[in-house]
Amino acid sequence: MDILASHGSILVMIAAIVGFFMAWGIGANDVANAMGTSVGSKALTIKQAIIIAMIFEFAGAYLAGGEVTSTIRKGIIDPSYFAAIPEQLVFGMISALLAAATWLLIASILGWPVSTTHSIVGAIIGFAAIGVSPETVAWGKVLGIVGSWVITPLISGVIAFLIFNSAQKLIFDTDKPLDNAKRYVPFYMFLAGFVLSLVTIKKGLKHIGLDNIDLGVVNFELDGAGGYYLAIIVAAIVAVIGKYFITRLRFEQDADKSAHYANVEKVFATLMVVTACCMAFAHGSNDVANAIGPLAAVVSIIDNGGEIVKKSPLVWWILPLGGLGIVAGLAIFGHRVIATIGKGITHLTPSRGFAAELAAACTVVIASGAGLPISTTQTLVGAVLGVGMARGIAAINLNVVRNIVVSWVITLPVGAGLSIIIFWTLQSVFT
Amino acid sequence: MASNSILGVFAKSPLKPLEKHIRKVSKCSNHLIPFFAAVVENDWSTAGKIRTKISKLEHDADELKRQLRLELPGGLFMPVDRADLLELLTQQDKIANKAKDIAGRIIGRKLEIPAELQQEFTQYVERCIDAIDKAAEAINELDSLLETGFKGREVDIVEKMILQLDEIEDDTDLLQISIRKNLLAIEDNLKPVDVMFLYQIIEWVGDLADLAERVGARLEILLARK
Repeated sequence: MDILASHGSILVMIAAIVGFFMAWGIGANDVANAMGTSVGSKALTIKQAIIIAMIFEFAGAYLAGGEVTSTIRKGIIDPSYFAAIPEQLVFGMISALLAAATWLLIASILGWPVSTTHSIVGAIIGFAAIGVSPETVAWGKVLGIVGSWVITPLISGVIAFLIFNSAQKLIFDTDKPLDNAKRYVPFYMFLAGFVLSLVTIKKGLKHIGLDNIDLGVVNFELDGAGGYYLAIIVAAIVAVIGKYFITRLRFEQDADKSAHYANVEKVFATLMVVTACCMAFAHGSNDVANAIGPLAAVVSIIDNGGEIVKKSPLVWWILPLGGLGIVAGLAIFGHRVIATIGKGITHLTPSRGFAAELAAACTVVIASGAGLPISTTQTLVGAVLGVGMARGIAAINLNVVRNIVVSWVITLPVGAGLSIIIFWTLQSVFT
Repeated sequence: MASNSILGVFAKSPLKPLEKHIRKVSKCSNHLIPFFAAVVENDWSTAGKIRTKISKLEHDADELKRQLRLELPGGLFMPVDRADLLELLTQQDKIANKAKDIAGRIIGRKLEIPAELQQEFTQYVERCIDAIDKAAEAINELDSLLETGFKGREVDIVEKMILQLDEIEDDTDLLQISIRKNLLAIEDNLKPVDVMFLYQIIEWVGDLADLAERVGARLEILLARK
C-alpha cells in the first residue's frame, strides 16, 4: 500500500509512457495489416490509406474500443487475488505492457508477423502465473481466448467465402458484370456501414455517455430498437454516398471482355475505400484495448488508493492516449510498412481484397462487441484463406500461413517470459 | 520492419507468368511466317536472321518456364491443380521448341521448298500458327477465369475457344494430307534426301498445331477438375 501511496504518480506516468509505446508499436505495424490489402490492390494510395487509417483508427478506438478493455483488465486474471497486494497488479500491468511492446518491436525488426493481442495476453498470463501465483490466472477465460484463435479465423474465413461467392453470383458470373457491379456494390457498402454503426451504437457510444440521440423529429433509444434504426440510417447514407462515387467513375468504353472486368474492379475499388475505413475502425476498436487495458487497470488501482474496484469508469485521457499513440506510430513508421505491402503484392484485385477485408472487419467488430480480445491478424488470415477457397486469389502462400500460425504460438511464451523478467525487475526497484 | 505483415500470404499469381509464357511462345512461332517467306524467296541471309530471332525467343520462353517452375514452391494454395498447371506449361514450351527445330533444320540443310508446293505450304504454316494464336488467346483468358472463380460463363467462353482450336487443327490435318499427296506426285523430280526432309518438315509443322491443340486440351482438363 505504501508503495502505491508514495510512488503513485510516478507509476501512472511510467504506465502511461509504456502504454503509449505499445500503442505506437501497434500503429506502426499492425495497421499495415489492416490497410495493406487496400494499398496492395491499388484501390488507395499510401497517403490516402494513412489519412483514412488515422481518422478511423482513432474513431474506432474512441467510439467502440471500450468493451474489450474490460476483458483484458478483468477477464484473464482474477482481481480478487490481488486485493491484498494491489501493487503487484500495478507492476504486473506495467511489465505486461513493456514486455508486449518490446516483443512487438523485436518482431517488427525481424519481420515476423506477430499479434499484438497475443503479446499482451501472454504477458499478462506470464507475470500473473509465475510472478504472483498460478491461481491468479482465470484459466477458464484463457482457454476461451485460446479457443477463439481457432474460431475467429474460421468465422472470418466463412464470412469471406460467403461474401466473395455472393459477389461471384451477383456480379462476375453474369451477362453484364459491370451493370451488376454498379447495382449491387452499394448493397455491400450498406452491409459494411450497418455492421460498423451497429456495433458503434450498441457497444461504443455508451462509453462516451450517449444513451439516446435526439434528432428533433425522432428520438433514438440506443439500447432498444432505435439503435438498429439508426444503424440502418447510417448504412443507407454510406450506401448513397458510395453510389454517388460509383456513378462518377469513368469507365473505359471499349468494352472488350478484359476491360470489362477492369471496369468492374474500378467499382470494387470504390468499395475498397469503404472496407478500408471499416478495417481501420475495427482495428482501432479492437487493438487499442491491448495498449490501454492494462494502463486503465493501473490508473484505476492507483486512483482508488489501492482498492481494486469491480467497475470503474475509464479515466478520460486514457482512450485518447491510446488512439494518439496508434496514430503517431502510423504516421511516423506506418507508411514504410504499407509501402512494402503496396509493392509486395502484385496480383490482388479490389474484388478479392474487398471480400477478405470486409469479412475481417466484420469479424473483428463483432468479436470486439462481444468483448473477445481477438487478433486482427488472425481474422485477416482467416479471411484471406476464405477468399482463396472461393477460388478468388490466384495463389496463397501456405508456408507464410504456417509461419504466421507458428508466430501466434510462440508469441505467448515469449510475451510471458519477457513480462516475468520485467516484473521481477520492477519489484526489486520499488520494494 | 519490412515483411512483418500477413500480406506475405498473397503469393505471386502463377497465372500471369503462364500467360506471358504463351505470348512469348506465340511470338516465337509467328516468326515462322516471315521465315518461310524468306525460304520461298531463297533469301537465306534473311532466313538466317529470322532463325536467330526464333532461337532467341525460344530461349526467353525457356527462361520464363524455368522461372515459373521455381516460383511454384510446394506451399502454394492455388485455384487450379499444380500438376495440371505444370503440364500445361510443358506443353506450351514444346511449341517454341518445335518452332526452333523447324527453322534450324531448314537452315541447316538449306532446304528449298519446291515451287509447286510453295503456295499451299505457306497456307499450311499460317493455319498451324493460327492454332497457336488461338491457344494463346484461350490461355490469356485464365485471368478472367480467375475473376469468375473458374466457373460459369467465362468457362463457356474458353470452351468455345478450345472448340475453335480443334477445328483449326482439323483444317491443318486436311492441308497436311493434301500437301503430302502433292509432294508424292512430284517427288521423283527431287533429290531423295530432300524429299525425306520435306516430309519431316511437313510433319513438324503439323506438330505445331497438334501441340497447340494439346495446350487447349490441358486447359480443358484444368477446368474440368473444378
